[in-house]
Amino acid sequence: MPQIVVRNLCKTFRITKRRSGTLGALRGLFSRTYETVYALDGVSFTIDAGELVGYIGPNGAGKSTTVKILSGILVPDSGVCEVDHRVPWKERTRHVSRIGVVFGQRTQLWWDLPVIESFELLRDIYRMDSQTYRRSSAELIELLNLEKLLAVPVRQLSLGQRMRCDIAASLLHVPSIVFLDEPTIGLDAVAKLAVRDFIKTINSERGVTVILTTHDMDDIETLCRRTLVIGNGHILSDGSLADLREKVSRERRLILDVDGDPAGVMDDDAKVVAVTGHRVTLAFDPGTVSADVLIGRLLAKHRIRDLFVENPPIEEIIADYYSTLDADG
Amino acid sequence: MKSYIALILVRFRAGLQYRVAALAGVTTQIFWGFIKIMVLEAFYGVSTVVQPMSFAQVVSYTWLGQGLLALLPWNVDPDIRELIRSGSVSYELLRPLDLYSVWFVRTLAWRTSAVILRCIPLFIFAGPVLVLIGLQDIALTLPRTFEALILFVLSMTVTVAMSCCVSALNNILTMWTLSALGPSALLPVAITIFSGMIIPLPLMPDWVVPVLRALPFSGLIDTPFRIYSGNLAGKAAIYAILHQIGWTIALVYLGRVLIRGRTRRLVIQGG
Repeated sequence: MPQIVVRNLCKTFRITKRRSGTLGALRGLFSRTYETVYALDGVSFTIDAGELVGYIGPNGAGKSTTVKILSGILVPDSGVCEVDHRVPWKERTRHVSRIGVVFGQRTQLWWDLPVIESFELLRDIYRMDSQTYRRSSAELIELLNLEKLLAVPVRQLSLGQRMRCDIAASLLHVPSIVFLDEPTIGLDAVAKLAVRDFIKTINSERGVTVILTTHDMDDIETLCRRTLVIGNGHILSDGSLADLREKVSRERRLILDVDGDPAGVMDDDAKVVAVTGHRVTLAFDPGTVSADVLIGRLLAKHRIRDLFVENPPIEEIIADYYSTLDADG
Repeated sequence: MKSYIALILVRFRAGLQYRVAALAGVTTQIFWGFIKIMVLEAFYGVSTVVQPMSFAQVVSYTWLGQGLLALLPWNVDPDIRELIRSGSVSYELLRPLDLYSVWFVRTLAWRTSAVILRCIPLFIFAGPVLVLIGLQDIALTLPRTFEALILFVLSMTVTVAMSCCVSALNNILTMWTLSALGPSALLPVAITIFSGMIIPLPLMPDWVVPVLRALPFSGLIDTPFRIYSGNLAGKAAIYAILHQIGWTIALVYLGRVLIRGRTRRLVIQGG
């Protein structure tokens, strides 16, 4: 029995369109024009307890809207949404005490208070007994290395430090599900690694179900075995990154270091993607020509010092995928 | 309950940090108190008919208004306005708490912390200090009877609750208009005039007085201050307090209905 069931979820927003310029603004006083935006247009998926699922899509695709509906903040127009057999917005207070949410771009900590006081306030808000709180906070403080930050007022923390504290705050009340909405946004490499390690740990050790939205493909590649892609309000793909790669582009890259002029290196079944110095990058479809045949042909014609075959970076695949979406409308 | 008390304490402690703002406020309010009293003194000096309030009553009424100004719900809590404007209000909805109650207790802590910092120095000045420097005619005096004091405390308690309801309502309206500029521009006018903050309601023209008494705003200033100054006593005072309580219940109900309707159609700003 899945922990999260979403079936045919729809949510529209009505947006006031403002005409440009002063005259337009004046006209807007008398007649307004509205535009209906379909943030979610029939989204369906299920997630089992203990899964770690990536949820990606271009800006404005409906990721945050989904997270807000799942956390009971927004009410959808139609469709089914159940988390732990509860309809989030109908039993909001009961529901939210079982989930944790991080909105990467906002903080849930009290700006003027030292971190530890925010934690204690959350303890009271979630009506935790002191033993559970002590155990949970001690564990989170250790895992996220927060000991030195506890006495610092939140406004004086760096973004990376604040994010670690925010993540701890969302897990203090030992929720069984967490929604992480861009938890690595704006973080440097070290802070990102710390956050990723932590997500992995709580998923594997506490068994917490994690839904992660992000624009950072490394987050997805290192953490998620399953990825949902949403675009224009629809779920476009549901599976592993390898499946997605297969679906979008089966292209491989052949990278050659040649002696002599690299300009002449070409083949009918491959496309030159880049030439830098003595290095040539060719793209080919393994369905049309197999790697060994292509390499054989090239070796016969050119003096090649070194070569290797790789998959295109996932970023490019996703970017390609998103741009085909835009083209489709 | 524990959750709400924790929220009150945090906001209250934060409110007590703004000591310089309070000092500036007290100075301004003392200054305005003098101006108002001088205007009223001139008015009482030339008036040929008997006024519905004695000059001593008007003086107490005015100083109380200056000292307790921070309780008057004429503005939106800047923190809450910011939460709504930026969309962080979503975190408020993630707590296993009732949003109306959260906003009510937040306002309660915010207003009471502000008023405590301001009213103590102001009352010391308007009472004993003015008497010591020989201005006892325009000084704040204690209620005449013990009964008046008790009724004043009772009425003031309802005023605080009422003030928080109006503030909560103001916050909820902000969810509609986002900037809060609309209601924030209209509310202060309605509240300061209709409550008796600018001119004590008994001094208003005879034909508007019954209307202003019926409106909820009189419960914010006029009722408790007239009880304190001795202008309202006995049964009439008790009816006035019941009027306050009735409006407070109505305002809570209205706020809850609106917030329920609003959270169903919430749009979170900024993605």
